[in-house]
Amino acid sequence: MKPRLPLLISILLFGYAFLYIPIVSLIVYSFNESRLVTVWGGFSTKWYGELLQNEQLLGAAWLSIRIAALTASLAVVLGTLAALALVRFRRFRGRGSLEVMVTAPLVMPEVIIGLSLLLLFVALETLTGWPAGRGMDTIVIAHTTFAMAYVAVVVQSRLAHMDLSLEEAALDLGARPLKVFFTITLPIIAPSLVAGWLLAFTLSLDDLVVASFVSGPGATTLPMVVYSSVRLGVSPEINALATIIVGLVSVAVLIAGGLLWRQERRNRLSAD
Amino acid sequence: MSFKPALPSARHLIIAVPWFWLALFFLLPFLFVLKISLSEPTLAQPPYLDLIREIEDGFVTIVVNFSNYQLLLADSLYLSALLGSLKVAGISTLLCLLIGYPMAYAIARSPSHWRLPLLMLIILPFWTSFLIRIYAWIGILKTNGLLNNLLMGMGLVDSPLAIMHTPIAVYIGVVYNYLPFVVLPLYATLIRLDLTLLEAAADLGCRPWKQFLLITLPLSMPGVLAGAMLVFIPVMGEFVIPDLLGGPDTLMLGKLMWTEFFSNKDWPLASSLAALLLVALILPFVLLRHFERRAEEAAT
Repeated sequence: MKPRLPLLISILLFGYAFLYIPIVSLIVYSFNESRLVTVWGGFSTKWYGELLQNEQLLGAAWLSIRIAALTASLAVVLGTLAALALVRFRRFRGRGSLEVMVTAPLVMPEVIIGLSLLLLFVALETLTGWPAGRGMDTIVIAHTTFAMAYVAVVVQSRLAHMDLSLEEAALDLGARPLKVFFTITLPIIAPSLVAGWLLAFTLSLDDLVVASFVSGPGATTLPMVVYSSVRLGVSPEINALATIIVGLVSVAVLIAGGLLWRQERRNRLSAD
Repeated sequence: MSFKPALPSARHLIIAVPWFWLALFFLLPFLFVLKISLSEPTLAQPPYLDLIREIEDGFVTIVVNFSNYQLLLADSLYLSALLGSLKVAGISTLLCLLIGYPMAYAIARSPSHWRLPLLMLIILPFWTSFLIRIYAWIGILKTNGLLNNLLMGMGLVDSPLAIMHTPIAVYIGVVYNYLPFVVLPLYATLIRLDLTLLEAAADLGCRPWKQFLLITLPLSMPGVLAGAMLVFIPVMGEFVIPDLLGGPDTLMLGKLMWTEFFSNKDWPLASSLAALLLVALILPFVLLRHFERRAEEAAT
């Protein structure tokens, strides 16, 4: 069937316009002189200057980045282990429960994850004394728990499509399994680990709801500061922050996309 | 199996480490939600009475309190929040499918070197902050926002449209944020569709719209249902979108739970709301697992 081309193109144009107009409007108005977000008062970069002087926001951003980096690293290790277990070991006790526990965090409403973890932390603290109070540690644990599920999905699809003959050849030639894992398996799945790390980092950096539940006094993350400022109304400083985030993300995604594209082309060439 | 662990215990470690992490930090917490939902609120830190109490040395008593659940049933506020969540989740799932299906279809039928960039463009907004993307819609939808300025400037409306703080704003926000979750699974099933089936149908004189209804749509059903559940389940408990874009009459479970917890400091009632939400999500979750498995089987 030859689908009607103009129809398909207009569907795509409409869809992408819907996705990108809000983001473009944020960027445009971040350079607006006027405080009123919908009135154009001329080009200015003063909101970026104010952003850099907002110490509360910068402190929160630094905390969020540290939490996200820790979360992403932990989530990559745990998520990769979960993916290895599910792809490489066909039958084991607890497989069904592991499958459910890896899928459920992907869709579980954040309010439930946040509340339930908070209640766990409170109960653990009265029983064992750990965690003493809530803050960065508890946020990292909470974020790792849902982020590892995303990592597991990304790594699983890579592992499932991997050519096993390379590992078999190495094993036949006498390499030890651990060495095979580090010299063959790991380099092959490395792109998915990088993608998983970035995904976990972004999810953690972005989370408001779960962090609000499991955070304590003194641990205010960037989304919490943004949320309280957005609740008070539209502010050009948040537009400037949004533009910086969009810029960083676009650069990262373009680089990742380029790498992915090159690898896919190389795979296709070697497959031919 | 080719991957034989170095030590007999390596296999166990690979399985046990993620299993215990998730059991401790994902599964076990639900038991605490259940437990606290059966306790009484009190003015203390933490603000609930423990179920197991020691009366006098050695004697313990377990006090189970169902009043939170009785309140959920008695006060129509909670029932309307459940219905409100179901309505918002249902309608936005449908809207996501109506917009996402044609997009996924168009991407799957585009020239192969276009597909990856087009998919990347779908995912890119998802990588930028969720909160900030919701915030962007405030600037567009509010009374003196971009949309109203544009419509009034074009002379299409005389007075600004009240969209902000209405259910329409909530639907726009939800569809905007959850669109990638339907486009990706739909694309995955549509790209694997065997095009020779369509050719055969066309050769036998089947019209294009009938080919779509009889072949493409049924074969992409696993993708449709997986995508639908990926939207429906999280939206049921959504808090940020109804809070920032919705009005006071936008009643949803996630928002109500947040208020009970943070404003009213009623942890037991918030827990029973969480339990109610969990129960409402069991069936959609089972469906999701079922259709994801079917989609996987279709892929291999």
